[in-house]
Amino acid sequence: MQNPYLPYPVRIDEIITETEDKSLKTFKFVFLNPEDEKKFAYESGQFGELSIPGLGEIPIGIASSPTEKGFIKFTVFKTGKVTSYLHSMKEGEIMGVRGPLGHPFPWKTLEGKNIVIIGGGFAFTTLRSSIVSILDPANRSKFGDIHVVYGARTPGMLLYKDELAGWAARDDINMNITVDGTDDPEWKYLKGFVPTITEEKAPPGNDDTYAIVCGPPIMIKFTQPVLDKLGYSHDNIIMSLENRMKCGIGICGRCNIGKDFVCKDGPVFTLSQLNEMPKEY
Amino acid sequence: MKLIKVDKKSLDQGIEKAKSAYRVFGPVKEKSDHDFKLLDKEQLPDLDFQNTRLSPKSVIYPQSQIMFQYSLDESKEDCRIMKEVENVTSPMAVIGVRPCDALSFPIVRRNFDTPEYQDTYWVKAYEATTFVGLACNSACGTCFCTSAGTGPFGEEGLDVLLIAEGNDFYVKPLTEKGESFVQAAGWAGEVESAAASKIEEMKTAAEASITATVDTDKLRDKTTLDLYDAPFWEEEAFSCINCGTCTYVCPTCWCFDVQDETCGKSGIRMRNWDSCMFPLFTHHASGHNPRDVKYQRVRQRFMHKLKYYVDKYDNGIQCVGCGRCIRLCPVNIDIRRICNKMNSFDAESCVCEATSS
Repeated sequence: MQNPYLPYPVRIDEIITETEDKSLKTFKFVFLNPEDEKKFAYESGQFGELSIPGLGEIPIGIASSPTEKGFIKFTVFKTGKVTSYLHSMKEGEIMGVRGPLGHPFPWKTLEGKNIVIIGGGFAFTTLRSSIVSILDPANRSKFGDIHVVYGARTPGMLLYKDELAGWAARDDINMNITVDGTDDPEWKYLKGFVPTITEEKAPPGNDDTYAIVCGPPIMIKFTQPVLDKLGYSHDNIIMSLENRMKCGIGICGRCNIGKDFVCKDGPVFTLSQLNEMPKEY
Repeated sequence: MKLIKVDKKSLDQGIEKAKSAYRVFGPVKEKSDHDFKLLDKEQLPDLDFQNTRLSPKSVIYPQSQIMFQYSLDESKEDCRIMKEVENVTSPMAVIGVRPCDALSFPIVRRNFDTPEYQDTYWVKAYEATTFVGLACNSACGTCFCTSAGTGPFGEEGLDVLLIAEGNDFYVKPLTEKGESFVQAAGWAGEVESAAASKIEEMKTAAEASITATVDTDKLRDKTTLDLYDAPFWEEEAFSCINCGTCTYVCPTCWCFDVQDETCGKSGIRMRNWDSCMFPLFTHHASGHNPRDVKYQRVRQRFMHKLKYYVDKYDNGIQCVGCGRCIRLCPVNIDIRRICNKMNSFDAESCVCEATSS
């Protein structure tokens, strides 16, 4: 019987400060035991529990893509006890990771479909994983048109800036990078809130087009009517939720929304599913 | 499996004898209440009780349990690497489990022992344990086991059932584990020819003594959101002080918290019983709390037991009718009243503030 609470030991291989306010850092981990990497086989949309002995564990979406081998990446917002400590840690230090946990985005369903990826703020981590997976030469032909709407408050608050620029230069993905506002004369992308840009740039909804939406509650609240207007059925709107978690495997009991656990039954749900569930998230 | 009859003295001698092969737990009276304790040598369970104050869940699932240990000493090779601790899994036996509490173990097992994940701590302890039940000849006023999936002579979840009859006990082994325990205890003794019908009579009389009931037949057919949005939650929760007593004493409440505790350069990761009655249970690091208000937490507890569980497992309610939460609630919140309200709730005919304006 394998203990599902035992983290895999990992070494912090690299730490990248992502945003101008230094509140978001990406941590690249390497497994101390190479065989643990095989056990951590994941798909985009899943999460892991980052475990720091003495502090505790935090559930964080996996930002690396399954197509990237030899490491896993998580982008972490400094907010509570564990994340604050994590932000003070150094490259080379040892900690733990448990996972992969939860359900990924429904990749089988998405095969052959157009996908609109809509993200805001720092909820772009599993979306980054998804984009890297989709754009992998082995995978790109499995999907139709790919649109991305990604917004942050300012240019300096965007995650993965170099990768964004690289994707924007490609012709097999339609990038719409936006900021709420900026007076930077060098800014060459869009200005405007994510819902507005979605309305202008996203393709109309149909059976073959799915939207994946991750962002702060306010963005989701105003994006949903836009998607309705564009004709997206609620079965075709995919969202990823967060709730306070401990075990990550549906046992400790705190992250439930109705009979479903965000950790084990989610974190990915369709809007149709969420419409039938209490709004406890 | 063969029915046996022993007198009190043989029962006690058997329990003492079984201690060579089992760690034996049983009800012990402390102040005015009974609780399950690990019995020392020569210490016998006190079977003269209605039911224990706390359920026997802590035998399998301790209130506080060490999961891992770690070192923060940088000079050590295993610094910051979680190590499993050895949890004792030698055979255990719990004597005097009431049938209501016995049913709680198969209920709770659905949470801890799933096709995807096995909670190793719970599963190993459960598998190592033999449950020796004690049938109830008389009920408390708060008992409603007969409408909660079991009864005063219920056998589900038990390996042996003891039935007290005067100064004697019928011993009914129910499983192989139970047979092994009976052998280890050396219990043997012929029963009179009318024993089976005698037990049946006792059972009928005991069942008749339970007059409180809950109706659960319509819970499954209702939609979650109708019940969730029902107008009675704020009123039902009004007097609640969120003390958590109900979840603490409940044999089927299983939620836990995980915490690290460091002392010097070493520490432990442990889990502790937690409660959905507490605001921190769901409090996000951002400050947002999906169950911020008291009535939402009270609703969660009853919806979990009487709707979410019902829908998820299609195996009755997550309540065994022991009545502890009713007896010990400081403000008289009664799960029977709420269950019946939920079961009879009709969203269509409900004229509440939300729909009447």
